[in-house]
Amino acid sequence: MACYLTTGKHMSIYWSVGTVLLLLAITAPTALLFGFGGAAAARSRIAPLRWVGQAYIAVVRGVPDIAFFLFFVIALDQAFEWVRHQVKCPDWEDPIRQGSDFIVCGIAKLPQGNAPQWVHETYGFFLAVLTFAIVFGAFAANVLFGAMRAVPRAQIETAEAYGMTQRQAFWRILVPQMWVYALPGLSNLWMVLIKATPLLFLLGVEDIVYWARELGGSKTARFTDYPHPDWRMWYFLALLVFYLLFTRVSEIALGRLMKRLTQGQATLGGEAQRKAA
Amino acid sequence: MSCWETLMDYGLRSVGIGERLLPRDNFTLCQQVTLIGSGMIWNIYFGTLALISGFFLATAVAVGKASNLRVIRKASEWFIFLFRGSPLFIQFFFAYFLFLSLKGVSPIFDPLSAAWLGALIVLFLNTAAYSGEIFYGALLSIPKGDLEAADAYGLSGWSKFRRITWPTMLRLAWPAYTNEAIFLFHATTLVFFSGFPAWRQKGDALYYANYFADKTFNPFVPYPILAGFFIVLTLMLVALFGLANRRLNRHLPKDRQSKMRLRMNLIR
Repeated sequence: MACYLTTGKHMSIYWSVGTVLLLLAITAPTALLFGFGGAAAARSRIAPLRWVGQAYIAVVRGVPDIAFFLFFVIALDQAFEWVRHQVKCPDWEDPIRQGSDFIVCGIAKLPQGNAPQWVHETYGFFLAVLTFAIVFGAFAANVLFGAMRAVPRAQIETAEAYGMTQRQAFWRILVPQMWVYALPGLSNLWMVLIKATPLLFLLGVEDIVYWARELGGSKTARFTDYPHPDWRMWYFLALLVFYLLFTRVSEIALGRLMKRLTQGQATLGGEAQRKAA
Repeated sequence: MSCWETLMDYGLRSVGIGERLLPRDNFTLCQQVTLIGSGMIWNIYFGTLALISGFFLATAVAVGKASNLRVIRKASEWFIFLFRGSPLFIQFFFAYFLFLSLKGVSPIFDPLSAAWLGALIVLFLNTAAYSGEIFYGALLSIPKGDLEAADAYGLSGWSKFRRITWPTMLRLAWPAYTNEAIFLFHATTLVFFSGFPAWRQKGDALYYANYFADKTFNPFVPYPILAGFFIVLTLMLVALFGLANRRLNRHLPKDRQSKMRLRMNLIR
């Protein structure tokens, strides 16, 4: 058994767990950045910028999310190639869309056709990260927008009374204080992000779902050297347990973080902590 | 071929009525709208049935989680944790392969590995867990005065639950439950991407949208069509749940009625 679980192909499933964790580690800050930008834009005083921010938040609502995932991967890929095409081959005559084909000039292709395998994989992974960041950025923007509004108005007024400019009040007063209001929403978002990682499979990245299907299956031609019946059920059970544990650990960790952040805040939680001490 | 003919051919394609072959090339806008719209039948089928059946289990789970009996409470807690703590996508995969292996045991389980029943069961359990948690939260925030008043009127047991506890719980949970319903309809798009085969290419809206995007390599037409359909569906749901919300709140003075607030939708 121990021998079976450490075969070369099983090593790739463990690696793909790493892929998932890497995705989470990269996506979370990127999405937060997108979200911060979106929220700041949505409450901007410049009308067009505000509209962009609000539209970004609004559009991602109301539509099934995997539709977004499926859409963005192709759309982003084509957008990159189109931009490169415009820059690198300005004197290209043929239309780019010919019937059902999307044709750009050779050197505009991404990644290059002769590039090694790992470049293709990294590019796919990069597209996936960008897609996740765009979709989750909108959710984060929504949370942060609410958190910025939750900071008591008096705090900003005090800052203005001290003669701070709009920009100073935003960076020195609003931003440090909003996190405690944003954390419940953000931790919820983190849970959702964890649970969205299996969708990587749909984006064409060889992640844990992919390997669980491959390794568990009995009839796939590439793995005939495992003469076992259909074990995919057990592989997915293992994945289920993995995700359950992961969410549970995150729950506990985020609970601790929340406790720390509430310290000394003018909220109900902070007040309760002060009294208990 | 006129658009009307396309509608006749493909309008009910997703349930197997009409033209057998999907269009292969020279896709018209009309074909895409018709087929994706036809796929919506499946989304509505899954969503509606799971929502209605899940509603009853959710009530039971919520009451169970608030129960004094340790066994029932623990069972409800675990049920909720199991379905809320893991991705729906993995649940679909696991259930599909579980049903496949059950199929080998006895032919009774045959329909389980088909999407119309198997996926429905998963969605039913999943939505029951999510709405069970919502209902549980509402159950805990029922005003104490309401329950004391019920006691004072001599209501107890089942009649107290039916007349006081349950309606109040629903009233408090309704805005959150609306969001859950919207979620559920969005989650139905996962069905045909998670192992459950689309038999004879009878798929849901996203299945067809993906088909067109793959064939034309142009995502900018089918996915916005899909988005349009879902926005319409969401608006209809909101209107329907708003009516129910009005009815649940009708005894309250105007200013205390809980407003329906729409919150963002996330993946589960």
